[in-house]
Amino acid sequence: MTSAPYDPATDGPRVTLKILVAGGFGVGKTTLVGTVSEIRPLRTEEVLTDAGVGIDDLDGVEDKATTTVAMDFGRITFRDGVALYLFGTPGQKRFWFMWDELSLGAIGAVVLADTRRLNDSFASIDYFERRGTPFIVAVNCFDGARRYRLEEIRSALDVDVHVPVVLCDVRRRESAKEVLITLVEHSIRSGGTAAARGDSLPIG
Amino acid sequence: MTRGRTRPTTGVQLDVVAIVVGTGLAVTDTTRTTPERQRLLALCGRPQALADLASDLDLPIGVVRVLVGDLIDQGLLRIQPQPTSSTAHPDQRLLRRVLDDLRAL
Repeated sequence: MTSAPYDPATDGPRVTLKILVAGGFGVGKTTLVGTVSEIRPLRTEEVLTDAGVGIDDLDGVEDKATTTVAMDFGRITFRDGVALYLFGTPGQKRFWFMWDELSLGAIGAVVLADTRRLNDSFASIDYFERRGTPFIVAVNCFDGARRYRLEEIRSALDVDVHVPVVLCDVRRRESAKEVLITLVEHSIRSGGTAAARGDSLPIG
Repeated sequence: MTRGRTRPTTGVQLDVVAIVVGTGLAVTDTTRTTPERQRLLALCGRPQALADLASDLDLPIGVVRVLVGDLIDQGLLRIQPQPTSSTAHPDQRLLRRVLDDLRAL
């Protein structure tokens, strides 16, 4: 990074970072992204058939079956052109092609969970565990949903002790911010040494 | 628009948050100029993340990646290097800075 004064109006981003927000439909991904960042429309393609998978040169393939998928996309611009991008993607396996790219070099992932549908979170948790992507579980507390203790939720989700599990209300800015802070703190611990795994870490 | 291609022909892997910027080279090959390319070049008068370009142009990320790849091949755009490679885990110093900035939001 140069030491020239940074002018956000003309200089654009200098450093870009990614955070994934994963979770089932209706769990609050869009709300989370919209609460903490400048949310914008973004589309990506979804391949509908297996044809062409693994073929690198697709020049001239005109009828490849694709459809576009809307993602939750937000940006937080910090000092000196550091830009944090949030990508909210559905948790189903058919969307994993997006995650493969998004999780590469990412700070980590927030798995947004709903206690009424914890099953929706398993695929996401499994994915990030296997990939070694730092992640936290943020349980969105919906009005009317029965409140569970964090330990009950952790036990039901069967996540490792070092993975933070936090309660949140993504409609509230401070709460949504805290979710991101917890993830960045966890990523710092995970990124340093593999020894961070298994350490006793504070929850939430 | 991309002539059916779903991946860039350039050997460069463009991350979704890679920063691209115009090189300032004059457009000489007008036969390949389309409104999308012109808008991309105009936006890239300042550095832009690939995802921001896709959002601004209202085009899917994959389409923008192909178009940007072409413009890089033609020498009209270049990737702006970053202190941390977009495919490596971000370094601790950068993460600590982001943490401070998030807390100050």
